[in-house]
Amino acid sequence: MKPQASPVTATENLVPDTRHGVILYLENVSVSFDGFKALNDLNLYINDGELRCLIGANGAGKTTMMDVITGKTRPDTGKINFGQQIDLLKLNEAEIAQAGIGRKFQKPTVFEALSVYENLYLSLKMDKGIWCSLWHTLNGEQKDDIDRILAIIGLTDQRHGLAGNLSHGQKQWLEIGMLLAAKPRVLLVDEPVAGMTLQETERTAELLTSLAGEHSVVVVEHDMNFVRSIARTVTVLHQGSVLAEGSMAQIQSHPDVKRVYLGEESA
Amino acid sequence: MNYPISKFSSPLQRVTGLLFVMTLYVVIANTFFAPDSFWHVSDYSVTLLGKYLCYALLALSVDLVWGYCGILSLGHGAFFALGGYAMGMYLMRQIGDRGVYGNPDLPDFMVFLSWDSLPWFWMGSDSFVWMIVMVVLAPGLLAYVFGAMAFRSRVSGVYLSIMTQAMTYALLLAFYRNEMGFGGNNGLTDFKDILGFSLQSGGTRLSLFVLTTLFLGLAYFICHRIVNAKAGKVVMAIRDAESRTRFVGYNTASYKVWLFTFSAVLAGIAGALYVPQVGIINPGEFSPINSIEMVIWVAIGGRGTLYGAIVGALVVSYAKTRFTAIMPEAWLFALGGLFVLVTLLLPKGLVGLWPQVKASFLQRWPSNKEKTL
Amino acid sequence: MTLIKALLKLTLISVSLSAPLKAAEFENFESAVSELPQTDFKTLPALLEGIAELDDPRISALLKHLSDGEVYFLKSDKKVFYVVDQADGSAQIVDVLSGDKVADIEKKQLNKVKTNNSIRKGIGQLQAQLNINHPDPDIRLTAAREMLADVSRMSDKRLKSRLDKESDGDVLEVLTLISALKQFTQDDTESQFAALEQLDSTLEPDVRQVLITASLDTENYAPEVLAKIKDTMASIDNQRNLYSYAENIFFGLSLGSVLLLAAIGLAITFGVMGVINMAHGEMIMLGAYTTYVIQQWFPNLIEYSLLIAVPAAFIVSGTVGIIIERSVIQFLKGRPLETLLATFGVSLILQQLVRTVFSPLNRQVIAPEWMSGSWQINPVFSVTFNRLYIIVFSLVVFFMLLIFLKKSALGLHVRAVAQNRDMARALSIRSNWVDAATFGLGSGIAGIAGVVLSQLTNVGPNLGQAYIIDSFLVVVFGGVGNLWGTLVSAMTLGVLNKFLEPLTGPVMATIIVLVGLVFFIQKRPMGLFPQKGRAVE
Repeated sequence: MKPQASPVTATENLVPDTRHGVILYLENVSVSFDGFKALNDLNLYINDGELRCLIGANGAGKTTMMDVITGKTRPDTGKINFGQQIDLLKLNEAEIAQAGIGRKFQKPTVFEALSVYENLYLSLKMDKGIWCSLWHTLNGEQKDDIDRILAIIGLTDQRHGLAGNLSHGQKQWLEIGMLLAAKPRVLLVDEPVAGMTLQETERTAELLTSLAGEHSVVVVEHDMNFVRSIARTVTVLHQGSVLAEGSMAQIQSHPDVKRVYLGEESA
Repeated sequence: MNYPISKFSSPLQRVTGLLFVMTLYVVIANTFFAPDSFWHVSDYSVTLLGKYLCYALLALSVDLVWGYCGILSLGHGAFFALGGYAMGMYLMRQIGDRGVYGNPDLPDFMVFLSWDSLPWFWMGSDSFVWMIVMVVLAPGLLAYVFGAMAFRSRVSGVYLSIMTQAMTYALLLAFYRNEMGFGGNNGLTDFKDILGFSLQSGGTRLSLFVLTTLFLGLAYFICHRIVNAKAGKVVMAIRDAESRTRFVGYNTASYKVWLFTFSAVLAGIAGALYVPQVGIINPGEFSPINSIEMVIWVAIGGRGTLYGAIVGALVVSYAKTRFTAIMPEAWLFALGGLFVLVTLLLPKGLVGLWPQVKASFLQRWPSNKEKTL
Repeated sequence: MTLIKALLKLTLISVSLSAPLKAAEFENFESAVSELPQTDFKTLPALLEGIAELDDPRISALLKHLSDGEVYFLKSDKKVFYVVDQADGSAQIVDVLSGDKVADIEKKQLNKVKTNNSIRKGIGQLQAQLNINHPDPDIRLTAAREMLADVSRMSDKRLKSRLDKESDGDVLEVLTLISALKQFTQDDTESQFAALEQLDSTLEPDVRQVLITASLDTENYAPEVLAKIKDTMASIDNQRNLYSYAENIFFGLSLGSVLLLAAIGLAITFGVMGVINMAHGEMIMLGAYTTYVIQQWFPNLIEYSLLIAVPAAFIVSGTVGIIIERSVIQFLKGRPLETLLATFGVSLILQQLVRTVFSPLNRQVIAPEWMSGSWQINPVFSVTFNRLYIIVFSLVVFFMLLIFLKKSALGLHVRAVAQNRDMARALSIRSNWVDAATFGLGSGIAGIAGVVLSQLTNVGPNLGQAYIIDSFLVVVFGGVGNLWGTLVSAMTLGVLNKFLEPLTGPVMATIIVLVGLVFFIQKRPMGLFPQKGRAVE
């Protein structure tokens, strides 16, 4: 139905090619702010369907890495591909989101003046152009989707309340719900359990593990217990590049890691 | 397309109903009651009301971008004036050879500047249809180009406000120049008739008034639909967290450009309706203070509610008419004071004061949503 | 063409008419003076011309007394005396040749050397020419310049004698030009060429005028000379253009200084504090009115009024700024659009207040004597003192502010609060107090800008409005929060404006600069010198 648009925005070209098993390629990415190298020749590969944890001290470049992937920050050098063929550096934030990369921010940001339901409605995977938005009504399938997500995030009762009136933890959940509604191929999750109770943390861990497989999930987290509970592969960032990568056990015994990060914690 | 919420939710019903009743009353009172009757509405009052309603339409357009999308435009007067000039050019050409110099082709001021032919941008200005096209196109195009550049480079907040002000200020300076070909300092005036009807006659004035209410009603209806559609929610999301909206996958710049352009067109239409009723358009309409006054209408009425903008425009304009008649000196004091007080004490404007409205609003909201979604 | 020829002929005729009568020739002053008693109205001018050709220090006194009607001669032996009437009614009689007072002669023994109006006029011209020998080099320079307009008034002999003696470089230059022009009027191609060589780089408008006239005169000049004239004029015009560039830059810098002063207060309140103050223009206006009030209060101290007004305006505008900050702005923290609206309301109130108190009409602010006058660098380029002072003053204010912010305790606190309010408070910096002080500082500097503006434009209630948009654009163009950027952007915009003005007219220049800025900011929202870093969204 749609005519072939530009190669960058054409919908059919926005499906990432993952025949090699890798969904996200970051190669030789460097970013500097006023001489400070936030990312320094970073190389990172995320496999399709895996759950990856990123750890690292403050300033190691975790958030900058997410900024670079989602188009918020442009790298000075390097290559970022979504699947084999989509060059993310050619897309803007909105296009990257539509291509299937979702992000949960460190500080929960939901649309406070809109209801919980509307927050999820806006996040649904669909045509997000103006014309469609002007005339759109929800079909049954979409309503079911929203109801299902409401149940997952436990906000069914607050569905028509303003998102601004939710508690901090509920906002975290709503934001996760918004991520789910967008049905992304890759979820970038920045400190999901900050401000959550122990119980909520467990539920989050459960949810994230269940998402892996169908989605690729990248989690940045400081809470080492949380990381231990979900991690399969862990990547340690240090001063803007990868310091070590492997299972939790491998990481914990890695001499460099002990020195710069875990060492301090276990001491 | 079907839209479930169009089952007339309460404010829409109230505003359109009130408009209809008022129009009906004015038409009857103006036509059928004797001039000395208590119930009579004079031609003067009809025109004055028509003027206020133009302001209301203008306020609506400002509220749409500011109240719903957080774009504080301090240059909406420019769009209003451009629409007005498009109409003024048409009316100028309708004068024909009845001008002071009796030149059938050239407006008086061009004869005065001893020009011998119409400049290219006056071509077609004697056609009513072309005028309508220009009323939409001139402000729309300016807003589109300005918006496209500003919003795509992510200029926002006070920067944008200052730039819109600079835009209208530049246009003010430009239109003051005789060489621009829009009558310079004096602007366009001394209009005679529109589509062959004399602008002085009571009938034409009444028709223009009715036309204005129609446009206001229609604009209100469209705006209401927009803000309640999914697009309206996106726009509000942009207002509160633009960068987050981008990460949800919306191209926020195009939404803003589109809304800004639509709002500018509304402002242009308001200007076009305004000019035949007041009988003049001059560069003063571009002055930054005018655009600021529009913002205060919306702020006082209550931004983020469409009817608040209308209430604000009517109340402030009426107050201005009374004030400047009694003590013209004090008007700027009053206006300035209103600015300060409203922003400090009444962030939701007059309609926010009306607790009943607020309460019923909150009560009705959930049920509405049920229907919408 | 015929018209031009006719005009040319006319000028030629008039030149020949005003040419001096054939001067009488004399051995020395004594012999010339001895002729005086024998003259009448017809012969006197030629005699005087002859005297003027002599080189004698007594000539100028003789001419002066002659035009005052104070030259007499003894009926008996025709000796010539000055008779100067004294205040007590007596007359003092002085020998012209020796300068000695003479006591034994009565006034009735003397006859007057008679003059009339046209002779007195001639004497005036002669006196001017004699100034070429005046001991004061400045007077010599003026006299020589006057000769440039019509070189035939200076005789070859006097020119030559002066050229030999002249020690002052400037005068010598003008004399050389005179001699070149004289050579140019000679009727042979050779010397015309040589003359043009010398006229190559002069900026004197009189020389240019002569060349323009000559370039149209196809009858008296050979074609190759005309071509050479054209070249010479091109080279002269090049020089003039160079200086008109310099002048544009100077005007631009002075406009830029005004913009800098107007914008720098805003660079602090908006750039450093992040508070948008639409009443900033009114702070400028208050400063200008403060100058006016001070001149009204101390009419005897006009010369010092600006020196008093600068601190006074700083205090007045600064105080009003602090009041605004405490009463309105502090309640709107973090809500820039609301701040914009509320301060706009404040600006309306202040404007109306001034209108009510002082009347809506413009007020006259007097410029002190030392602000007027100019420094003539060469015939086409002069620098007015008021603009020069304004440039210097604005730079002084700028650097004082810069040092203040960098070095003082308050400056440190201001920057600390601007960067991290909560942290600053935790370090027991009273952030409220710092806000008020910063706002007062910014407003006070706007007041100082008002003092300067009162010297350049009309002082009226709308004074500030004209500058608010400009100031914002200057700050944004330079990069918010960057004082150096503000300096560069103000100067750039000032110079740009002045270069556009001759091409487009002042209004169009303003429009073009405005539109250009709008485009620029859309392209580079962070301005010329953006702040970088992770904190910047």
